[in-house]
Amino acid sequence: MSPVTSEPFVINIGPQHPSTHGVFRIKATVDGERIVDAESVMGYLHRSIEKLAEERTYTQNIPFTDRTDYLSSMANNLGYCLAVEQLAGIGVPARAQAIRVIMSELQRLASHCMAVGAFANDTGAWQTPMMWAFRDREKIMDIFEMCSGARLTCNYMRIGGVAFDPPAGTFEEAVREVIRIFPPLIDDRADVLVENEIFVARTRGIGVLTAEMAINSSLTGPMLRGSGVAWDIRKADPYCGYEQYDFEIPIGYQGDCFDRFIVRLEEMRQSVKIIEQALDGLPGGPYKTEVPLSLRPPAGEAYARVEGARGELGYYVISDEGPAPYRFHIRPPSFINLTALKEMTVGGTVADAIVVLGSVDIIVGEVDR
Amino acid sequence: MPFLITDHWYDLRDLANLCNQVLSWLGDFLPHGLVYIIAPVIGFLFAFMLFTLPTQLYLGVLGERRLIGRVQSRLGPNRTGKFGVLQPIADALKLLTKEAFTPTKADRVVMYVAPILFVAPAVMLFAVIPFSHGMIIANVSASLLYFVAVSSLPVLATFMAGWSHNNKYSLFGAIRIVAMTISFEVPLVLALLGLALMMGTINLQDMVEFQRHFHIWMVVVEPLAFGIYFICVSAELNRTPTDIAEAESEIVAGYLTEYSGMKWGLFYGMDIAYAIAASCFAATVFFGGWSFFGLDHWVPPWIIFIAKVYAFYSLFIWTRATLPRLRSDQLMEFAWKYLLPLALFNIFIVATERMLWSKADFGRGWIYVFAVINIALFVAAIPIWARFIGYRPERTPTRARLVREAGGYVPLAPNAAQGDQR
Repeated sequence: MSPVTSEPFVINIGPQHPSTHGVFRIKATVDGERIVDAESVMGYLHRSIEKLAEERTYTQNIPFTDRTDYLSSMANNLGYCLAVEQLAGIGVPARAQAIRVIMSELQRLASHCMAVGAFANDTGAWQTPMMWAFRDREKIMDIFEMCSGARLTCNYMRIGGVAFDPPAGTFEEAVREVIRIFPPLIDDRADVLVENEIFVARTRGIGVLTAEMAINSSLTGPMLRGSGVAWDIRKADPYCGYEQYDFEIPIGYQGDCFDRFIVRLEEMRQSVKIIEQALDGLPGGPYKTEVPLSLRPPAGEAYARVEGARGELGYYVISDEGPAPYRFHIRPPSFINLTALKEMTVGGTVADAIVVLGSVDIIVGEVDR
Repeated sequence: MPFLITDHWYDLRDLANLCNQVLSWLGDFLPHGLVYIIAPVIGFLFAFMLFTLPTQLYLGVLGERRLIGRVQSRLGPNRTGKFGVLQPIADALKLLTKEAFTPTKADRVVMYVAPILFVAPAVMLFAVIPFSHGMIIANVSASLLYFVAVSSLPVLATFMAGWSHNNKYSLFGAIRIVAMTISFEVPLVLALLGLALMMGTINLQDMVEFQRHFHIWMVVVEPLAFGIYFICVSAELNRTPTDIAEAESEIVAGYLTEYSGMKWGLFYGMDIAYAIAASCFAATVFFGGWSFFGLDHWVPPWIIFIAKVYAFYSLFIWTRATLPRLRSDQLMEFAWKYLLPLALFNIFIVATERMLWSKADFGRGWIYVFAVINIALFVAAIPIWARFIGYRPERTPTRARLVREAGGYVPLAPNAAQGDQR
């Protein structure tokens, strides 16, 4: 009897697939269900934001940053504003600093809510954690709407501060409500998923990245921390006064999908802690520095980075003393986190590849820009 | 009480009484042959109105979506009619008017035949389900065997469906469902064998009578068999913890990927029909069928039966809304390494008990003793066997490690919880 032979064939996971989180494509060569080669194909959502930004003034570019990572627009605004402030040497009042911290941590909560929900959806929990994520995020969306007028693409940060002062009273009330309801919700999610045997079986030991591999692929954010590397821009290179807040960096054990998941859950708990501290110490005073509308920073270059929900979000801006940046470049965390996709998926099954992709938590708007 | 258990037309326990009354009244002035044509039509309408329509349309389509909506903290369909009662009809109309697209390279004949083949067994399954004392379409003597045999037919249709599309995702679905059905049929049949041993019959009506006679449900006597049956049947029905064949997030829709219009609608509707048939079977075999500890003297038994079916089907909806999906190889492993030994263990225990019961001339009360023993064994056997095949939940951490300072790689503490590859 001759042994059963099989030959590999190519299967396209995406661009139209329920769980590629947008128009992203993995060209996977599979042998049976086992992936022997994976190639990520991107660019379906390319809008040439970086080139467009060279035609617009510094303030006009802020809405573009909303459209890259549409699940964490506040952090994107912040990174860009920090870069321009660094370039033009603009100071930021203390109240604006604290509001920025509150906003970017609220944004991290909202973004991780969706990351956790979508990841559970990828493991096959039929929509339930996803719907719960939408429900939980709603409180945060309300706060954003209250402050900036928009829910998703906030366009709230300005060069030298924030766009509007948050409404007195109602803002604090709403943020206190988030601080009150979120820890039980996070515990709830942990009860449903972390202690779920099927979920653990699907994620434990899948898509393992060693710390060495993660560093060599220049991963950041929960991906890097899941592999056991304690690295967080908020600690390593503090901005907006993060050094004065008391929080810890959650890290994983062996760098599998499950570790990335529990790191995200823990980060949500830490974010609630930071929001509480920032709100308690919210100073009065002006909420922005007056900056000329057509800003012409001195010639030079600046790179500013923030710890976005997905990792190190960097903005590189070059000025030639004109009203628009000479060069505008984004270092998108999820694009760079995708570089390790092949290492994580090869050897697993198609079902594992979906789980791995979910644990990377990509936003295709940011991958393709 | 006596006035209710007559065979007068107002004895609603048996709908045949009512039908007979109508027919004999019609027989007074209609020609003889016509009455016999009207009789099946009335019977069919009764069966359809009382069971198929409410169960399949309203429990399966609307109830499932509303209930899952509740679990997911949203409303579910509520726009078409009051509480969305017209939603199933709107869905069906939409499916009928939709284009049934066929890919160019598909095997057209197989693709058309597969939905039809999928429907036929679903209808056949209901023939042997006893709805009441006299309400059974075909009281086959080996109806348990008939049910198991017919319920494994649709896998052929699903394989045809998956193969015919010339689509890789469909093929994945087809291969997965065949592998899964073969794996899960074995513990399923073994679990049912334990039941047949205990009750000494493979006729569904006799099984109900047995449970009625001893005033006990088989789910209490053989909880292990029920657990195995529930898991296996949800695997065969492709419901969520085990829906690897149409796993939405992995292989798009599995064997249904290229189906659209009413061809898809037939698969969708009949999936619900199979789930309801399985619920009927479970209600009959494990939950006392149409009997309910004497209540069946007062309430029409078919109402009790339908209530049990609804309750069991809700269990399916609940698991569907809650649990993530296993990977296909984990699922096979679970069937062969976990369920199969437990099913064999169950047969061993039940066979011993049955032999003691019949040979040693124990009284009829001993079935309650057996029930207590079996529940204790059920509670003990599951964790013991799980640990034996290498399940260590305490090695999975539940919280991330926390460090205060940013730096490089933080090595694991030597005796920290660090799950190995499971």
